[in-house]
Amino acid sequence: MTTPSRTQKHRKQHISQRANAIQPSGIRKFFDLLDSIDGVITLGVGEPDYTTPWHIRESAIESIEKGQTMYTSNSGMPELRKELARFLKNEYKVDYDPTCELLITVGCSEALDLTMRAIIDPGDEVIIPNPCFVAYGSCVTLAGGKPVHIPTNEANNFEISPQDIEKHITDKTRAILIGYPSNPTGAVLSREKLANIAKLALKYDLTVISDEIYSKLVYGVEFTCFASLPEMKEHTVFLGGFSKAYAMTGWRVGYAAAPKEIIAAMTKIHQYAMMCVPTMSQMAALEALKGEQDSVTEMVEDYNRRRQVIVKGFRDIGLSCFEPKGAFYAFPSIKCTGMTSEEFAEKLLSEEKVAVVPGSAFGKCGEGYIRCCYATSLTDIQEALKRMGRFVKKYKKA
Amino acid sequence: MLKDILKILENDARATPRQIAAMTGMPQAEVVKLIKKAQDDRIILKYKTSINWDKAENEHVLAWIGVKLEPQKDVGFDSIAEHIYRYPQAKSVYLVSGTVDLLVMVTGKNNHEIADFVSQKLSHIDGVKETVTQFILKRYKEDGEVMESEEVMKRQAVVL
Repeated sequence: MTTPSRTQKHRKQHISQRANAIQPSGIRKFFDLLDSIDGVITLGVGEPDYTTPWHIRESAIESIEKGQTMYTSNSGMPELRKELARFLKNEYKVDYDPTCELLITVGCSEALDLTMRAIIDPGDEVIIPNPCFVAYGSCVTLAGGKPVHIPTNEANNFEISPQDIEKHITDKTRAILIGYPSNPTGAVLSREKLANIAKLALKYDLTVISDEIYSKLVYGVEFTCFASLPEMKEHTVFLGGFSKAYAMTGWRVGYAAAPKEIIAAMTKIHQYAMMCVPTMSQMAALEALKGEQDSVTEMVEDYNRRRQVIVKGFRDIGLSCFEPKGAFYAFPSIKCTGMTSEEFAEKLLSEEKVAVVPGSAFGKCGEGYIRCCYATSLTDIQEALKRMGRFVKKYKKA
Repeated sequence: MLKDILKILENDARATPRQIAAMTGMPQAEVVKLIKKAQDDRIILKYKTSINWDKAENEHVLAWIGVKLEPQKDVGFDSIAEHIYRYPQAKSVYLVSGTVDLLVMVTGKNNHEIADFVSQKLSHIDGVKETVTQFILKRYKEDGEVMESEEVMKRQAVVL
């Protein structure tokens, strides 16, 4: 006997103002098109094409086998925080007390969200470079703050300028959010340029939230940890993680390092929303820090080779491309075709089955550019360049 | 600089000087020059391909022979090793620490052929005191490549 179906009247759901305030991805149409096409070479990914090194996976497997499946301390396993403190001191010359100045988070993404909720009050302004990682503006808005976008451009290597920052500082400015090496541009800021931002933080008593998730992925330049600059430890919320350097994107483990009052506030929110980071992910992170680092060096060398191939490749096919010194993205200009970023990406996908991300997805200043991830095989990069070469030749305006 | 070129070629012997130049940022002419010198200096010995013979044919057997030596008067280990490596069946010959002195990798069409090589050629060389033959039964990984292809998780096509 079949049960008669009940037709339910559709209920209009109430959605909060804060959820409505953040925009969904502006390139939804592009995603839908991508889903409908087979055999695409994608330069649109945002994660390593490596699997997590075996010794890291093994230690997580062992911890599961040993039955280490309970909650850990909200702030993260004490031994992980201790090892992280040692690691940060050795690598970046910054001293953090593992008992109160470090928090292990569910990816660097959660660290960013927690920071905003911990330090931003409604109406507070946060200065952000444009283009930038898609979450930056949304995290500020969700916390009730106002993102203030500072344009950057190819002529200045997509580096945020202290003069531009200063022009936009008001009495409502609470923080400056920077992410170098950058997603989507691959730009890296030198020590001197970061020091100029530090001067502003001191002058106007601002917090600098520094997203350093790509810190290990730098090529031929020095990486400077913002918190290591003179007097900056008290002014910095340093965000980091394991996803990019150790190919641990799916494990969801990152960290925040900051003055103890900020960490205490972040921990409060984290403990109610998350409890703790998955135990086996923390065990994996511990092994990542303690174990051999050769696999990181090899990955970086490999990314560097591909970086050089892709940048030269874009220039050879007639696209101007500033040289990215970090992360694993190239951000060439497609202005010579007269198309918008979205038009270019959609047409390229339909005609040549190559997926790139329209620069406009990362902000107004990304219009006219495409983000291409070179964390993919050389074979795919070379084939993508061949197809894009054909495409650019067809549409490039004289 | 040469090290960067060698690392690329070791992984892909088909990489052209043009591709290597793109990967390293070196001028192509410089890459060509360094490769030629490395060949002349026998830093680059050979360009080869890793083959999974188990999938290609049945007539391909590998064995590791541990060789214990008795050095002869006025003749060190080197000349015994040379005597062994002159045989084309001896694909690799190493001087090693531990319970044997030389480790020799031998190939043949079948076990019989290898056993014959050991008993009729290798054991009779002056200075060879004892041999221990280990036939390779199954290859799991060679030259950094896993023989059985592993299932790779597909990545999301676009991640912002």
